[in-house]
Amino acid sequence: MRIQTTRRGFLAGAGATAFLIVGLGSRGATAAASTESKMLNPFVKIGSDGSVTAIVKHFEKGQGPATGLPTLIAEELGVRMDQIGYEFAPSNPELYANLTFGKFQGTGGSTAMANSYLQYRKAGAAARQMLIAAAAKEWNVDASGLAIEDGMVEGGGKSAPIGQFVAAASQIEAPAEPKLKDAGDFKLIGNPDVRRLDTAIKSNGTAKFAMDVHLPNQMVAVIKRPARKDGIVVSIDDSGSKAVKGFINAAVLPNKAGVAVYAQNTWAAFQARDALTVEWDMSKAESRSSDEIKSEIMAALEAEPEFNVRKNEQVALDGAARIVEKTFYFPLLAHAPMEPLNCTIEATEDGGILLHDGCQFPTGPHAAMAQIFQLPMEKIQINTMLAGGSFGRRATPTADYQVEAALAFVITDRKRPVKLVWSREDDITGGYYRPAFGHKVRVGLDADGKIIGWDHRIAGQSIMKGTAFEAFSVHDGVDHSSVEGVADTPYRIPGQFVGLTDTQKATSLLWWRSVGHTHTAYVMEVMMDLAAVAAGKDPFTFRLDYLKGEKDQQRMAGVLKLAAEKAGWGKAPEGRSQGIAVHKSFGSYVAEVVEISGNAADGVKIEKVTCAVDCGIAVNPNIIEAQMEGGIGYGIGHVMRDKITLVGGAVEQSNFPDYEPLRISDIGAIDVHIVKSGEAPTGVGEPGTPPAAPALANAIAAASQDLRVSSLPMAENGVTFA
Amino acid sequence: MQYDLQLNGKTHSVDAEPGTPLLWVIRDELKLTGTKFGCGVASCGACTVHVAGEPVRSCQTMIEDVADDEVTTIEGLDSKAASAIQQAWVELDVPQCGYCQSGQIMSAVGLLSENPKPSVTEIDEHMWGNACRCATYQRIRAGVQRAAEIMEG
Repeated sequence: MRIQTTRRGFLAGAGATAFLIVGLGSRGATAAASTESKMLNPFVKIGSDGSVTAIVKHFEKGQGPATGLPTLIAEELGVRMDQIGYEFAPSNPELYANLTFGKFQGTGGSTAMANSYLQYRKAGAAARQMLIAAAAKEWNVDASGLAIEDGMVEGGGKSAPIGQFVAAASQIEAPAEPKLKDAGDFKLIGNPDVRRLDTAIKSNGTAKFAMDVHLPNQMVAVIKRPARKDGIVVSIDDSGSKAVKGFINAAVLPNKAGVAVYAQNTWAAFQARDALTVEWDMSKAESRSSDEIKSEIMAALEAEPEFNVRKNEQVALDGAARIVEKTFYFPLLAHAPMEPLNCTIEATEDGGILLHDGCQFPTGPHAAMAQIFQLPMEKIQINTMLAGGSFGRRATPTADYQVEAALAFVITDRKRPVKLVWSREDDITGGYYRPAFGHKVRVGLDADGKIIGWDHRIAGQSIMKGTAFEAFSVHDGVDHSSVEGVADTPYRIPGQFVGLTDTQKATSLLWWRSVGHTHTAYVMEVMMDLAAVAAGKDPFTFRLDYLKGEKDQQRMAGVLKLAAEKAGWGKAPEGRSQGIAVHKSFGSYVAEVVEISGNAADGVKIEKVTCAVDCGIAVNPNIIEAQMEGGIGYGIGHVMRDKITLVGGAVEQSNFPDYEPLRISDIGAIDVHIVKSGEAPTGVGEPGTPPAAPALANAIAAASQDLRVSSLPMAENGVTFA
Repeated sequence: MQYDLQLNGKTHSVDAEPGTPLLWVIRDELKLTGTKFGCGVASCGACTVHVAGEPVRSCQTMIEDVADDEVTTIEGLDSKAASAIQQAWVELDVPQCGYCQSGQIMSAVGLLSENPKPSVTEIDEHMWGNACRCATYQRIRAGVQRAAEIMEG
């Protein structure tokens, strides 16, 4: 293996096609090269046949980086979208780190575009300059007169495809600071007609997800896990499994957390697992019930908070003419991505390990596997494949399912690849949930209906404490992910006290699409509505009163006004009711108006959702709209009827019949509007989710004699859905 | 047991135990991976295929029950409705993660084959059983309507 670190392009490739590989190191543009036994770490690869390939460092779970990142390169390089393809980057945090995560490669926090925007544009621009320099030399003309359009170098009365200059360009020093296009010259960035690069393969069955891996001679492994988290295997009896045709073997995992059941195919593995008898030691297993978790949270809300998050005095509400008060509870929730968790591990000929995975956080499983297999890092490779959704689930601080697969593989003779498959039941019962949270809020209004104090207490289970990500999120004891959206709200609320109490952790907890904002936005926006009603004011204009100020407030007010205007706020047709909410998360501002027919008693039908988003420069408006549509559906679907509950430590739900996904008939049209902006791009994968549920709650309240659902899911707390 | 499975216009000789879901025969034996495993209990529709032209959930259809019928998977789609649906899906960028979309398309093709101009309510009723965790429902609905237009010509 050899990685070229000088600033010189190289010709790589033994075949008929030579490649110019341009990357960007920490010191600016570098060109990496390779010979037969190399590993390449570029952002853009250009073949002498003119083919352009973007090396995408973020995994694709539907949120769009496999289109968005190539768009940045195509824009700067000067090729059309039908002239560029993509490959997922290998695991290498030196080159492919998420720039917001430190030296860690991974996708999360709606950061894919935000951290790639300049990096990938510079990679495309560097390639352009090198190709142009090569053409200028060959044509003996000044480089300043040349440009690349549609994959052709043009100027000085000449025109030739870029592939023709790849060989020469690879000998030219890459520019340290590539010259980027002016925004006014963009053809692809911001163009609403740019379509996804992965739609055709996802519409004809040829898209390959990790679940679709079929390696020669592979075994399928499923894991028999304890009914309660942290149970330990004592003994197994596989005599029943032996009757299943295709069953190979059953073996206790080295950590005794479960039993790996190996079979020739998936169905045999499931059958053999059902037939397996396991004796468990449950003495250290999870034993709490959701009722206990809830009681602890509710009690914590009544006690003095553990942390004074904003470091200010407790707000005195004594002088208030009126106090609006509400207590909220949010249950555990599962992510349930459409593709059940899975990955495949094989031994490579050079004594290494290759993982095939819809891998969200490559750096985590990479290190974990190096440890399990006792191999140096460079002997572990990760083949990142398309992922069938995630919503946070494929990124765990423990690399849970990759570790499971590695343990199931390490105890075999390693001659047969092992494909680990989770069933849907494994997924719903197998832990890693949005934590349960409670809020108690008291808002004081003066005689004119103005907010004079906002006392906000939060209690719940910290996601980050005790994990490898604690340092990212926990400061002075406060896990920011527990209070984000409240402690940092753009609303200019006078006298806001934020108290936090961490409650005991039960089961495994994880970020879930939009993390803390899943509950904080709900509380903030339901309370704003309640305060507006108490003040006798319109909920839309009432919010605007607290959004006067700097850019932060202006942008939030901007989306609120746009959503209200486009939704026809206050002008709902007969029989319809509207609810509004606005929230900032992951740097983006989103306002939504939900319009319903019916009411809580007779049946609510979600007729229409109008959304306005300000995510800075809108790189791909079509994907942004899709992410808002999907984020809204995800937010609304779960508050309607979903919860994960524990009884004596065991999860009660097991599959979609009792963890019912949002269905097509649940939600009407969604209309998305994007604010024109010159600000740096911010997230879109998550920000659509937070305002959706409170906007629905506020619409239901408007239709249902002020029934304000404060304990979720709605279907169990007084709301019937049509 | 040996079964002669009529699938995508060919006869495949398959060795499978009775009670084996068609889904796993298609995916693990025939290695046709366009048909997806999502829940195993006919609750999500990711595994939808056509049996004798009708959409069915292959995870709850046993191999012995399709011995006499033609089975079509996403790989074998070949009809006016199918090409209209696939064209509309591409035009509107319907998929996000894409994992459920084979099943969505198989269901949608089934609908348009029976009812070339479905109303929104008819679309919702027919597509109800196909879950999409990315919630691409808005575009699925629009995609079916667009395909109906394409079919009209």
